[in-house]
Amino acid sequence: MHRGAGIGRLMADHILDFDVNGENRRLLVTDQRTLLEVLREDLALTGTKHGCDVGECGACTVLVDDRPVLSCLVIARQVDGSSVRTVEGLATNGAPDLLQDAFAELGAAQCGYCTPGMLLSARALLDDNPKPTTDEIREGLAGNLCRCTGYIKIFEAVELAASRDRDR
Amino acid sequence: MSGSFSVVGQRLPRVDAMDQTMGNTRYVDDMTLPGMLVGRHLTSIHAHARILAIDTSRAEALAGVHAVITGADLPITYGILPISQDENALAVGKVRYVGEPVAAVAAVDPEIAEQALALIDVSYEPLDEVLTLEQALDTDHPMLHGDGLGQNLHRSAALEFGDTEEGFARADYVREDVFFFEGNTHAALETHVALASYSQTGKLTLWSSTQVPHYVHRTLEKVLELPAGRIRVIATAIGGGFGGKTDPFSHELTAAKLSMVTGRPVKINLSREEVFYAHRGRHPVLMWVKTGFENNGQITSMHFKTFLDGGAYGSYGVASLYYTGALQTTTYRIPNYRFEGLRVFTNKPACGPKRGHGTPQPRFGLECHLDKAAADLGLDPATIRRRNAVEPFSTTVNHLRITSCALIECIDKVVDASDFAGKHGSLPSGRGVGLAVGAYMSGAGLPIYFNDMPQSEVQIKVDRGGGVTVYSMATDIGQGSTTMLATVIAEALGLEPRDINMVIADTDLTPVDLGSYSSRVTFMAGNAAVTAGAKIRSRVVQAVADELDVDSAQVVAEGGRVGVSGDLDRSVTWAEAVRLAIAATGPLVESGGYTAPKLAGTFRGAGVGISPAYSYSACVVEVDCAVDTGLVKVERVWLAHDIGRALNPLLAEGQVEGGVYMGLGEALYEEHTFRGGLHRGPSLLDYKIPTALDMPPVETFLVESDDPEGPLGAKEVGQGPLLPVIPAVANAIHDALGIRIDEVPITPQKIVAALRNVSRGRPGRIGPETVPDFEFTRLTRVEPPEGFVAP
Repeated sequence: MHRGAGIGRLMADHILDFDVNGENRRLLVTDQRTLLEVLREDLALTGTKHGCDVGECGACTVLVDDRPVLSCLVIARQVDGSSVRTVEGLATNGAPDLLQDAFAELGAAQCGYCTPGMLLSARALLDDNPKPTTDEIREGLAGNLCRCTGYIKIFEAVELAASRDRDR
Repeated sequence: MSGSFSVVGQRLPRVDAMDQTMGNTRYVDDMTLPGMLVGRHLTSIHAHARILAIDTSRAEALAGVHAVITGADLPITYGILPISQDENALAVGKVRYVGEPVAAVAAVDPEIAEQALALIDVSYEPLDEVLTLEQALDTDHPMLHGDGLGQNLHRSAALEFGDTEEGFARADYVREDVFFFEGNTHAALETHVALASYSQTGKLTLWSSTQVPHYVHRTLEKVLELPAGRIRVIATAIGGGFGGKTDPFSHELTAAKLSMVTGRPVKINLSREEVFYAHRGRHPVLMWVKTGFENNGQITSMHFKTFLDGGAYGSYGVASLYYTGALQTTTYRIPNYRFEGLRVFTNKPACGPKRGHGTPQPRFGLECHLDKAAADLGLDPATIRRRNAVEPFSTTVNHLRITSCALIECIDKVVDASDFAGKHGSLPSGRGVGLAVGAYMSGAGLPIYFNDMPQSEVQIKVDRGGGVTVYSMATDIGQGSTTMLATVIAEALGLEPRDINMVIADTDLTPVDLGSYSSRVTFMAGNAAVTAGAKIRSRVVQAVADELDVDSAQVVAEGGRVGVSGDLDRSVTWAEAVRLAIAATGPLVESGGYTAPKLAGTFRGAGVGISPAYSYSACVVEVDCAVDTGLVKVERVWLAHDIGRALNPLLAEGQVEGGVYMGLGEALYEEHTFRGGLHRGPSLLDYKIPTALDMPPVETFLVESDDPEGPLGAKEVGQGPLLPVIPAVANAIHDALGIRIDEVPITPQKIVAALRNVSRGRPGRIGPETVPDFEFTRLTRVEPPEGFVAP
């Protein structure tokens, strides 16, 4: 029942040099440090959540080179040289992403714990497919569990953001 | 109640919605304190064993370990109910389930903490395991609580209201059914986390993802033997609760103790697996129901028996037990009613409250039973429910006071919108519709520990700049209670909800609210807020009236101004009005409290089920079933909910949709089951909760019955809408396939097995056949309440 029981202290340090939300960051990480730990603990970007630590819930979803990944399953060294985007980097010059506004407006967040990961999966979906059908939205968010909303207001928020994006 | 509101009834976002979507909401796990240590629990590998010895010396010697504690360090027992003080933060003497915390360490980092756990030597003497209801009823198994062999009975209940035998005797038709509801769990996305910081001044602060900071406060006081005034509990933002964070938990106590021992802050973050073992979720319930009907479908008598597999500890179990028998009468006029229930201890994680607390299980049984009776009587499912529906402002045979009730209107809404009459019995094979109803409390009528103090208090302070700050201990677990309070107070003061500053759930700063459970917050904290808001408004209005030399009856607070309505010359800004009030009558600080009316009868168990008001729901589910695989696709759900008044329809709809979602998961997928003492799948991969791909469209109807005692007429919405969903699914599957799966979850395997039975000429039913032949003693006979009119 214990995570990492018996793991020795035989860990080497590596330099991790990557972009986070448009800023270059450089730090030392051990072999086993995950991207989630680096974001939350080393860079204090606590908007990214952890719900299971084993890639089952989607709460830790971030974008690596614009593709959604589960940051709890990514060894930090793997993103060396990459560009990482978290919920803190969704806004542009302080203006919230259309998805952030739509999620707030339509009640797509209740407890809010799945929300950051859900937003990044939705952002990747809309970047790839600006006019998703409801089924495509379901498919795009299938890896992000939400226990509060029944997903309905999340689907509506993604649709609203997509339609506003097309209108501007 | 006048129908004219300014912000009440608007589809406004949560007041903290932008913080949530920008990633700025702070949960406990987002907090770090200087010098903070990591805490971890060593947990039991046995379901039932005596602890012979614990040697922590090797762990203590490891560099980086600051403290190791065991049950000997926290010997005082506790439990959420005063009558069930049967838990220790760390096991003392024996362990009673796999996963039970046995020791705790504090270390400089997680890796060292894990290594330290591996260095703790515990020697156990395994005992026979008690894993099922049947084993718990045997006399040849060791008792979990107590010495020697014997039955593992926790609590039984036996109540009779009216004369059930007489009722059965005059029935035209009597039927009996047996049902089973498997246990399931909350699975909130946020795991349980606590951060404790003890200062050498003697002050302990605990940040926790708890729904009940007041009860955690009391538990810390008892177990740590610290004065309550030296303990501060702060419930931070909570990443989902559903009842799963409503007990005081081991890690809250061990984090506090480790901080006291080390003098450093200690954070304990339960792993997802540990959360599954911490549990406190839905009880597995085996039940039997016998009902007598007249030919027209009217109920003459009902006898309901429940058997709850409680797991290893009491938790809320005594209340859960009574809840399995209490609310059947809130939807149907039952002139004679008998309830017998038993909760047993088993070597599994303790069960407790989950959304609907003890009522979804009997509601499932009752609503399926009623459909079967309707079919035999030649009645359609809507007719039998309308015929027996309780009436507004009535009293049930078991002494529950009903106020507003729009049950029939709810039935009409979903039956009409779904074309239930056109579809039921008429859709092609494999497709079907099912109907069910439910009711739930707007707050438990009594606090958990006996006292005459208000169940909720709200304070408001207004500063000289017009800023309004509200203080309440109500915890926002995602249901929107903070927004509800801001809305009610903004309405009173003519402001917008986002103008109100909210200070929430901090025992140093906020007055007591008992917590987010039993769907009590809108009703109780909402009423306290209405009272406090009215006091502030009245003082401000009077000051402005005096200043303008007009009658105070002419003065209103609206749109950020106070004065004569619509007259800019004879009104002032809110901030100016506040300054006038402070100058005239002193500091602008007011409070309000809410105490539920005294509704409990004097019989044993009378305290469970009473509530100042009940919400009502009706649900139709349409399914499409694959006969070859047994897979059920839910096509659409219609749900009408009598909410009294929707203070915020957007958030209320979200509660309905979330309740439907959780009900569908319980009906079709989720089971918290064990192999030996081991959970079959303590992960979010193996414990199957519905994903975005599984969720059908939901049509929600909010019915406003305007409750006379609710805050601005409101009742609950957090729990009630889940109740009818589960039996509506079961009834829809029956309509689709002609089979009866009398236990949940209704898995494809069960459907295929039932269809195979049919193909072999046997009854197409899967479910339990009998309940244990347990003799309930000490039957309490209670006369129906004065003025009770049998239908």
